[in-house]
Amino acid sequence: MEMLWFWLVSVMVAIYVVMDGFDFGAGILHLVVAKTNDERRQVLGAIGPLWDGNEVWLLAGGGSLFLAFPKVLASGFSGFYLAIWLVVWCLMLRGISIEFRSHLQDGLWRHFWDGTFAFSSVLLPILFGAALGNVLRGVPVDGTGYFEMALWTDFRIGSRPGILDWYTVLIGVFALVTVAAHGALFLAWKTGGAVHERSRAVALKLWGAVLVLWMVASYATAMVNPGIFHRLPQAPLGWVASMIFLAGLSLVFVGLKRERFLLAFLGSGAFILGLLAASAACLYPVMLKSTLDPQFDLTALNASVGDHGLRTGLAWWLIGFPIAIGYLAFLFHFNRGKVKAAGEGEGY
Amino acid sequence: MGDPLFWHRLQFGFTATYHYLFPQLTMGLALVIVVLKAMGLKTGEARYNDAARFWIKIFGINFAVGVVTGIPLEFQFGTNWAAFSRYSGGIIGQTLAMEGMFAFFLESSFLGLLVWGEKKLSPKGHFGAALALWIGSWLSGYFIIATNAFMQHPVGYTHAADGSLQLASFWAFLLNPWALGQYAHNMLASVVTAAFVVAAIGAYWTLKGIHPEQARLNLRAGTLMGLLFSVLVAFPTGDISGKLVAKYQPITLAAMEGRFESGPRANLTLVGQPNVAQRRIENPIQLPAVLSFIAYGSFSSNVKGLLEFPEDQWPQNIELLYYSFHIMAGLGTIMIAVMGLAALLLWKNRLDSAKPMLWVLMLAFPFPYIATAAGWAVAEFGRQPWLIYGLLRTLQGGSPTVNAGQTAFTTLGFAGIFVVLSVLWLFLIGREIAHGPVSHASKA
Repeated sequence: MEMLWFWLVSVMVAIYVVMDGFDFGAGILHLVVAKTNDERRQVLGAIGPLWDGNEVWLLAGGGSLFLAFPKVLASGFSGFYLAIWLVVWCLMLRGISIEFRSHLQDGLWRHFWDGTFAFSSVLLPILFGAALGNVLRGVPVDGTGYFEMALWTDFRIGSRPGILDWYTVLIGVFALVTVAAHGALFLAWKTGGAVHERSRAVALKLWGAVLVLWMVASYATAMVNPGIFHRLPQAPLGWVASMIFLAGLSLVFVGLKRERFLLAFLGSGAFILGLLAASAACLYPVMLKSTLDPQFDLTALNASVGDHGLRTGLAWWLIGFPIAIGYLAFLFHFNRGKVKAAGEGEGY
Repeated sequence: MGDPLFWHRLQFGFTATYHYLFPQLTMGLALVIVVLKAMGLKTGEARYNDAARFWIKIFGINFAVGVVTGIPLEFQFGTNWAAFSRYSGGIIGQTLAMEGMFAFFLESSFLGLLVWGEKKLSPKGHFGAALALWIGSWLSGYFIIATNAFMQHPVGYTHAADGSLQLASFWAFLLNPWALGQYAHNMLASVVTAAFVVAAIGAYWTLKGIHPEQARLNLRAGTLMGLLFSVLVAFPTGDISGKLVAKYQPITLAAMEGRFESGPRANLTLVGQPNVAQRRIENPIQLPAVLSFIAYGSFSSNVKGLLEFPEDQWPQNIELLYYSFHIMAGLGTIMIAVMGLAALLLWKNRLDSAKPMLWVLMLAFPFPYIATAAGWAVAEFGRQPWLIYGLLRTLQGGSPTVNAGQTAFTTLGFAGIFVVLSVLWLFLIGREIAHGPVSHASKA
């Protein structure tokens, strides 16, 4: 049961990254791929109906972590204290930027929100990537089950690592480029005209960068956490996850080459999902690795709640999850086709 | 910077109170919109849809601010209250995760359709979107109240070997009697809020002499809903809430009333000042034996005073608790009176020209906000010194690794962000009100 919940939480977080990832990507790129007001509204029209629901995956995933592994939530959130609030403030700024922009037909007002949208969309994936970097590298959890970390120290991975060091920043940059590339494919799929053309051109370059950074990041991960990949060959789920992200990566390039942008977008979703699932498989059962002593590791086994709570949670999860997917399918169906800029007062 | 716990408490109290200003309106407004859309469908009259269109715009802005101010609350469980989360996550994690799964997905999926979808959807489809937002926001409210109710009156749990709380009975936890009573009281209060806001806009347009048809419709809808729901907030739901406090938190009841001595035929204090150092209430105006009746249903019941209980179980801030409770109850009474009078004038067909009444209606909309904030202050200060009543003291709940300076820093950060949000909110809402209702015919 603990293993199942480890995977449920991992999958929900991974779905969050895939879903909100293209919102971030749109935010990162919109100043570049969309120049005029109508083009910007095309981008906003593409993600506007979706972003809030995408963000809910973070809350639902976090809620699931809380339900099943409260010790991990308590330790991680209080340990990453300042970084968490940076994330929250950026999420607030991003939401307001999308929702408030179209209320006024004023150039300066709109430029302002375009800027805050881009700013928060760049910072968020770097911070989320750095969070993943911390999980992969390990944090100084001690016998109390808690840890304390500065936002950064000397950017080295020594006895006193900060939340940001060269490794976690590297993972952050990898995350930034990956979601930008993911978002470029989403825009290439959902828009027409100049935005489509520019997104498509930038997607090809970004996916080249993703390939390089992926290899660098993997090598760095093996350096900071030696032995992390040793578990991969023994874990069947790790194999499945690896197949998924490799297949996804090939689909991205096939899709780009054949100008099948939905295919490429689905491929990039599979790449992100598979990569995160493979990371989870490498870590399992560890959820927060202790850099002090392996006996302080917070694992799916020693940090979970009792069996009754997990079973109860599973019972309603099995009802709630298909409903959530159903809403998603409905939204994509309702907003199908290429997005046009909405008329004034009629959309994002 | 002193005590981290002080800052943790201030931050949660401040961010939660600010956040709730927005859902408090949107939850009630969702019902108003459903009613207006239903009337529009039933009668086919354009004025109902015109009114709904205006309120959907107000709803959209408030909902967006509600969403972004709600995110920090979810995170504070882990960041500021790590020990509490470790101890009780096995229970309250259930409702918080369910809120995401069953309420937030529903709301977020249909919000865009409600706000932007009137032309794209059929009238029935748009009504459906309104219905989805109403159901979603009221579900969300239930999961949060059930979480709070566990902290007020824990049920359905057992202790694990390591001392933390584990779920024993899901249904006992979800259908906590405290949750049912508090939910009804709280949700009806959110409808009162919406009704006062609707009536205030109606009164404003009437006094200005603009949008006459819409002014009349809003005035009528706000007054009728306002009267009905403000009565329901007091009776039966306020009454039920009071009896729950009397039954499960008798110390809190004594502190709310500033009552130190025990005894039968307990008086209800209408006005007065508690003097905790001297253990008495000063300058009271009281109704004899009414507190006994309200708390236990009989004039002769014994209502215990604070002196009956060990002092380390008293709420720490008895004065604030006392004043919050009396503000809430006093405003609740005034709101019934205001809406009663307005309804009377409406019935006599004189409301549209009754200027003093229109002024009162226009200016009374903050009352439900103040009363609700005060009501939540009663619930939360009344729960002290416990974080989970009888199980975990507030002193034991904070994050051991977070210091006062960090929390002071983020609290000030929130203060700044909320100032900016308030300005933006005022500006955008002001524009919509100045813009007024737009009918589709005039727009095309």
